[in-house]
Amino acid sequence: MKKLMLGNEAVARGAYEAGVTVVSSYPGTPSTEVTEIISKQYDEIYSEWACNEKVASEVAIGASFGGARSMSAMKHVGLNVAADPLYTASYTGVNGGLVVVVADDPGLHSSQNEQDTRNHGKASKIPVIEPSDSEECKEFTRLAYDLSEKFDTPIILRLTTRVAHSQSLVEVGERVDYKLKDVEKNPGKYVMMPAMAKKRHIAVEERCREIAEYGYDCPFNKMEINDTKIGVITCGISYQYAKEALPNASFLKLGITYPISEKLVKEFASKVDKIYVIEELDPFVEEFCKSIGVDVIGKDIFTLIGEYNPQQIRAAILGEALPEHIEVDEEIPVRPPVMCPGCPHRGMYYILKKLKLTVCGDIGCYTLGALAPLNSVDYCVCMGAGIGMAHGMEKARGREFTKNVVAVIGDSTFIHSGITGLIDVVYNKGVSTVIILDNSITGMTGHQQNPTTGYTIKGEPTKNVDLIKLANAVGIERVVVADPFDLDNFEKVVRTEIEIAEPSVIISQRPCALLKTVNYGAPCIIEHDKCKNCKMCMGIGCPAIFVNDGSVRIDASQCNGCTLCMNVCKFGAIKKAGEECE
Amino acid sequence: MSNVMIVGVGGQGTLLASRIIGKVAIKAGYDVKVSEVHGMSQRGGSVVTYVKYSDKVYSPLIFEGEADFLLAFEELEAYRWLPYLKKDGKLIVNTQKMDPMPVITGAMKYPENILKKIKSKLSDVTAIDALSGATEAGTVKAVNIVLIGCFAKNSDVDKQIWIDVIRETVPSKFLDINLKAFEIGYNS
Repeated sequence: MKKLMLGNEAVARGAYEAGVTVVSSYPGTPSTEVTEIISKQYDEIYSEWACNEKVASEVAIGASFGGARSMSAMKHVGLNVAADPLYTASYTGVNGGLVVVVADDPGLHSSQNEQDTRNHGKASKIPVIEPSDSEECKEFTRLAYDLSEKFDTPIILRLTTRVAHSQSLVEVGERVDYKLKDVEKNPGKYVMMPAMAKKRHIAVEERCREIAEYGYDCPFNKMEINDTKIGVITCGISYQYAKEALPNASFLKLGITYPISEKLVKEFASKVDKIYVIEELDPFVEEFCKSIGVDVIGKDIFTLIGEYNPQQIRAAILGEALPEHIEVDEEIPVRPPVMCPGCPHRGMYYILKKLKLTVCGDIGCYTLGALAPLNSVDYCVCMGAGIGMAHGMEKARGREFTKNVVAVIGDSTFIHSGITGLIDVVYNKGVSTVIILDNSITGMTGHQQNPTTGYTIKGEPTKNVDLIKLANAVGIERVVVADPFDLDNFEKVVRTEIEIAEPSVIISQRPCALLKTVNYGAPCIIEHDKCKNCKMCMGIGCPAIFVNDGSVRIDASQCNGCTLCMNVCKFGAIKKAGEECE
Repeated sequence: MSNVMIVGVGGQGTLLASRIIGKVAIKAGYDVKVSEVHGMSQRGGSVVTYVKYSDKVYSPLIFEGEADFLLAFEELEAYRWLPYLKKDGKLIVNTQKMDPMPVITGAMKYPENILKKIKSKLSDVTAIDALSGATEAGTVKAVNIVLIGCFAKNSDVDKQIWIDVIRETVPSKFLDINLKAFEIGYNS
């Protein structure tokens, strides 16, 4: 029976049907649901949230060496973190099948860059497979394990946001009864020292050649010959856009985009008059075609930036105008994402803004502190970067400048890759002030447990990292825990720590407002006879506070009663509904 | 071909609404694609999800001038996404207004008389106070189901299929409130 499934859900199903028994991942949009669904729906599979993508990949590699079929899922930038183990796992190859799911984010819906994972595939010589809907997500995942074992290689299953986060129909199958493969000593294959790795490199190059040949006739690639005036070579979600735009054209749909079968491309080229390569982001397939002497049109008429759509394809190839539509000629205010009502980060940024500090930020909900009206975050590069950047600023501009610099990092991000930055600060005699946002959960990706929360992916109690002891252990002697809603105290703590000539950690502690355990009770309301309309409360940037007919109001349907606005009101004009003003 | 766009503000429950419409379309025998939004863009920003159903659906997305239905959870969002409707398309709009941050900070103004302006450009407009409907049903969180009720009334799918899908989709402890919300929307 066919079921409507998210692409990520279908990947999870494919792993289940392939007999996978070990999955280790780090959450990251748009990849998170692969592992989340496995943890919730398939008890036959051991699943975990690892500290970061490097560890996750190493766990999956170890499981593969141990004879199991294994998986690791991550977002595109996570693959940068995991690149070290994976580039060499390409040399060792596998024992049980190994699939690394990597979800790219063309259009940057929830990411800091728009990198194209296929380049990693080519650089690491790991085959890249690209499904274009949920049915293919399931089938390609399942078949990827056979491919992994047949050619002794890890496989990258590359998704993009619109494949990962679209639902379409999937025909579900049964789980295979996969027997663990024997574990045997084989240092020539599994111990990558120079002498062994030299020989393995030869095997890797041979493998690339064999997989390219295999691509000529395999279940991943397909040729659809219709009208031969226009030929399209495409892959992933671009196939769907191109089919909608050019239903009568001939198609070469590549499911394996690295390595590509030269014979297949040349055969397709011989059947059609003109070839367009339609692929989002980099001209990966296009450059391959050109390298083998096949004349194609690609990025000459299609952009390197963002997502594609059928209208754009029709316009570029057929010269068709956009369909008629209703015009709105008025400027419409944008609605950027905001921190939720009751978000603990809001109080912290209110103070950092007040003190006019330079903030080296990091990746998470709290990156939103860069936007108006808080305008606090000055720098954000990648997971864990904030601490190293603050240290670098100190070394570049000296101690006095550092008195106005803090690093801000979430608890999960700190474990992911912030701890190494903190050790670097201490070891190299830095004096940075690091604020760790302990909100009891990994927020942005939709509430995943992490090593600081005390629960596993399955919600089972486990040991939790004690951030205070951890900071102490690496040599931080000043660790202060402060509530970001206690604004006076928080300000005092920050002022003290930035002044002191030694490194310090402030743990800003208050749970995420979306956690079910958080209940602030009645919403806040404004007593209009006390309100002086000074708009101080609007400076915290809470989406529930707005102006109507010249007076400030609180939207009861959005307010969760956190009382931060009460703390900033100098006139005692805000109260909890049903209570008296203080 | 039926192209439905569901637009609103992150946190209003547009995702659940699109999943319900997707499941209903399957029960009605169509090929279906539903495209969702997760991650940063979900946090109180302008969110859009797409449901497409037909004999065969390729692209999961809908672009300017292609939507048959626009189900808007908020007035400004209806106005923002109006160009995505076909000229003879249908709009169902919740009359709730939520100020986006540039309006809160005073950098921009919330446009006035949005409904009137929309009606001057589009003939088929249904405006509904789904927030009051949800409050009447028992929780402001049921805004999405009130709007689903209103959408169901305007669809060509049997009412019972909608009710069956809601039963399958919402947690059992909230079922009664949601069924009440659905009826309020259906009978509005």
